[in-house]
Amino acid sequence: MSAAGPQGTQPGASAARTGEQEAHFHAIAAALDRALDAGERYAATLEGEDTDFVRMNRGKVRQPGHVSQRYLAIRLVAGQRHAVHRQSLTGDLAADIAAATTAIADLRGALRDVDEDPLLLLPDDVRSSSVVRGGPLPASADVVARILDAARGSDLVGLYAAGPVFRGFADSRGQRNWHAVTTFNFDFSLYHRADKAVKSSYAGLAWDDARLAAKMAGARERLALVAQPSQALAPGRYRAYLAPSAVDEIAGLLGWDAFSARALATQQSPLVKLGNGERLDPRVTIREDTAHGVAPAFQGDGFARPAAVPLIEQGALAGSLVSPRTSREFGLAANGANASEVPESFAMDAGELDDADVLAALDDGLLIGNLHYLNYSDRNAARMTGMTRFATFRVEGGRITAPVDVLRFDDSVFRLFGANLEALSRERELVLSSQSYGRRELASAHVPGALVREMAFTL
Amino acid sequence: MPLDSPLPRVDADFWSLRFVDESTACYAVRKDLALPYSASTDRGVMATVYADGGYGYAATADTSPAGIDAALARARDWARATAQRAITDSRTLPRPAARGDYASPQPTLPRLSRREWFDLLMAESRSIGADPRFVDWEASIDVVESTHRLVTSEGGRIEQRFRFLLPSVSVTAHANGDTIVRTLNGYRGICQQGGEEILARFGFAGAVRRIADEALELLAAPNCPSGTMDVLLAPDQMVLQIHESIGHPLELDRILGDERNFAGTSFVTPDMFGTYRYGSELLDITFDPTEPSELASYAFDDDGAPAERVHLIRKGILERPLGGAVSQARAAMPGVANARASGWNRPPIDRMANLNLEPGASSFDDMVASIEHGVYMQTNCSWSIDDSRNKFQFGCERGRMIRNGRLAEVVKRPNYRGISANFWRSLAAVGDASTREVLGTPYCGKGEPSQVIRVGHASPACVFRGVDVFGGEA
Repeated sequence: MSAAGPQGTQPGASAARTGEQEAHFHAIAAALDRALDAGERYAATLEGEDTDFVRMNRGKVRQPGHVSQRYLAIRLVAGQRHAVHRQSLTGDLAADIAAATTAIADLRGALRDVDEDPLLLLPDDVRSSSVVRGGPLPASADVVARILDAARGSDLVGLYAAGPVFRGFADSRGQRNWHAVTTFNFDFSLYHRADKAVKSSYAGLAWDDARLAAKMAGARERLALVAQPSQALAPGRYRAYLAPSAVDEIAGLLGWDAFSARALATQQSPLVKLGNGERLDPRVTIREDTAHGVAPAFQGDGFARPAAVPLIEQGALAGSLVSPRTSREFGLAANGANASEVPESFAMDAGELDDADVLAALDDGLLIGNLHYLNYSDRNAARMTGMTRFATFRVEGGRITAPVDVLRFDDSVFRLFGANLEALSRERELVLSSQSYGRRELASAHVPGALVREMAFTL
Repeated sequence: MPLDSPLPRVDADFWSLRFVDESTACYAVRKDLALPYSASTDRGVMATVYADGGYGYAATADTSPAGIDAALARARDWARATAQRAITDSRTLPRPAARGDYASPQPTLPRLSRREWFDLLMAESRSIGADPRFVDWEASIDVVESTHRLVTSEGGRIEQRFRFLLPSVSVTAHANGDTIVRTLNGYRGICQQGGEEILARFGFAGAVRRIADEALELLAAPNCPSGTMDVLLAPDQMVLQIHESIGHPLELDRILGDERNFAGTSFVTPDMFGTYRYGSELLDITFDPTEPSELASYAFDDDGAPAERVHLIRKGILERPLGGAVSQARAAMPGVANARASGWNRPPIDRMANLNLEPGASSFDDMVASIEHGVYMQTNCSWSIDDSRNKFQFGCERGRMIRNGRLAEVVKRPNYRGISANFWRSLAAVGDASTREVLGTPYCGKGEPSQVIRVGHASPACVFRGVDVFGGEA
């Protein structure tokens, strides 16, 4: 690959680019200001990105490409009536302003058909902000060449995604928020055969070839262990150490309604029993930690997010994620949550188990590197099921003895992080989301590993 | 871009432009309050280029001539930059040149206005009554209109116009520390193409009251017992069973390894096609993009391949994978027209479209009568399967015990687990056409970068013998 690479695949010019995007968004906001009639207000959000996506399989390039997208969502408000229109933007300012002002006219028509909404809540105070982080990054074609060189001889499969991601907010009161981060996320696996593989990732704001080499070397080292003859274990209860990546999967499932104030109030949260006096282990402390994540410090309606929102303190329910609508519905104070009330900067406190002591502490059990495809088998009891995936090993006498064929677990959070929790690791891992459904997510989880006395495996 | 616009000039072996113009209107009423009306418009183009043996794509919402030229140039540059490291020599790939069009079934009822949609949903919501055990409920519908146009350098010109209705109803009841959620055929499970007549097919009017009663019934019901027993799966569970343990493992890109870092691999290997017994002789699975009103009916896939109905599994024997033209070329295997993208900003990959289980000869009553000890399960609510699509565990909203050939008491939280490679061989009865329903999901996730796509599944009710069944904890 040439050093120049495909045109426009140098997301490194990020500061200038994101500055242009912010100015573009503010120009549209100014046009929206002018488009309002008396008694109207608006709130607008922008989600955009310029991303190089390079998909790889078997150590080669499968699908390389680039996606440039911007979506503008406008909420028009008149009294307690409101309606939302979301549209793709072209990047041409005149065309985008024309589309935005047309959307205002369409929304004005829609307001005639909608009822007053007693649950509408918009911010009172104006809190503008601008954050630009990351970049420059090397040209993606060059990075991919370095990745494939580093993986030479291995069956590598994965995705390199890189470039700036923008989030903006503007409203007719003059609030303006901008959050732009230029990141890369190389999410990959090395395969031995069939489903025997190791998973790794390298994500961040500044590319470093040495870090790539270290990641690849670490993955190869674990792959050598995976390549040993595997054991097919019978279902049963096993002592287990869940690596941070596996804990992140559990955190991901819990994100689905566990911490939602609306789900708690309507008895649908899997952690509803925490509200009724049950407790997790006192070492379990969880918060929404916006200050240390990559998500914006404002939510979609323009409310500022606090630096942290306590969710579980020493095993007890300490709070929940309250969206503006839920705030009105249940008389709770809004705390910067989006409408979905899903954590975006999940953080779980560390424990005291040193990484170097994990195998000895586990002694006899399963070292679980990753979990896969979790879902609730009994949501009301916080019971979840899922599969082991990638590197999972049998440990005997504090030593890895064999990789293990995939196993299905089915167990309760109240057991795994309650009576059966033995230790949390001192080292935590910051997992930057590689999710890209429709857009690159700005979410993270900062989690420790967990040593559990027993974990139920059923298939 | 109109299909008769002047073609761009591109220095490449092949190019295509795939335009998507999609509008969505969302209506919802929750707990007798209308949620804010929400609409969206999403327009853009995906340029794909084969050059020097490489492949590249570029997606932009700038559909001006200059924007299209820039996207084609960027896609060409990607193709050239990665040609030496490409997994496939694009010079060996087919270059689609088909022409044609498609349109969703014409609505037979007048289209509802925005106000009429809200009035309909509000009437449904208010029908629930004042029982304090109902803690949450919602009726909603998304109406989607989408136009896809494909232009290729080989003269291909395709236009397809879709209209999708995605209704949903859910009721949550709570009492004595237990919470039950009951839905109308799952979350947006009754999605179809066409007009407002779709609602009547599924009894949307009156659905809130009906499923609210079932939620209360489940609140009072015991947990499903555990043990090995027969199961009779309703169509709104069969669709999930087909989707997860036949659809995904047959995707050729999974078999080729593309998905191993994300969605996973497959227990199916290329040598199995033509001989492998996937299920009992009662199992017939078709890829059928011709089923009127099913969610993923179309005339061409997003790479421009003409779509037709074919058997993937016939009398239990595996015949053909779910692989589009690119995967077919890579694997040197026949496939189907299933290269699909979730929108203009994602490249086509192998997806399910309409994947159907063909009806058999058993009536519902005959199937119940054939079961001495078992459970009838309705409406999927939990799904999990390993990365090879083998070890699965699925849960349903509602169960009814079957004893000595007769339906008995309602049970809550029926779950079952099994292994795909064995499960379909325990298929003991396939319902006739009277038990068949045309369902689907708008939310099938896969791919790097990730994509959510609409898939259709039609299935009758089916009986499986000797299944590992269990219930909830509380």
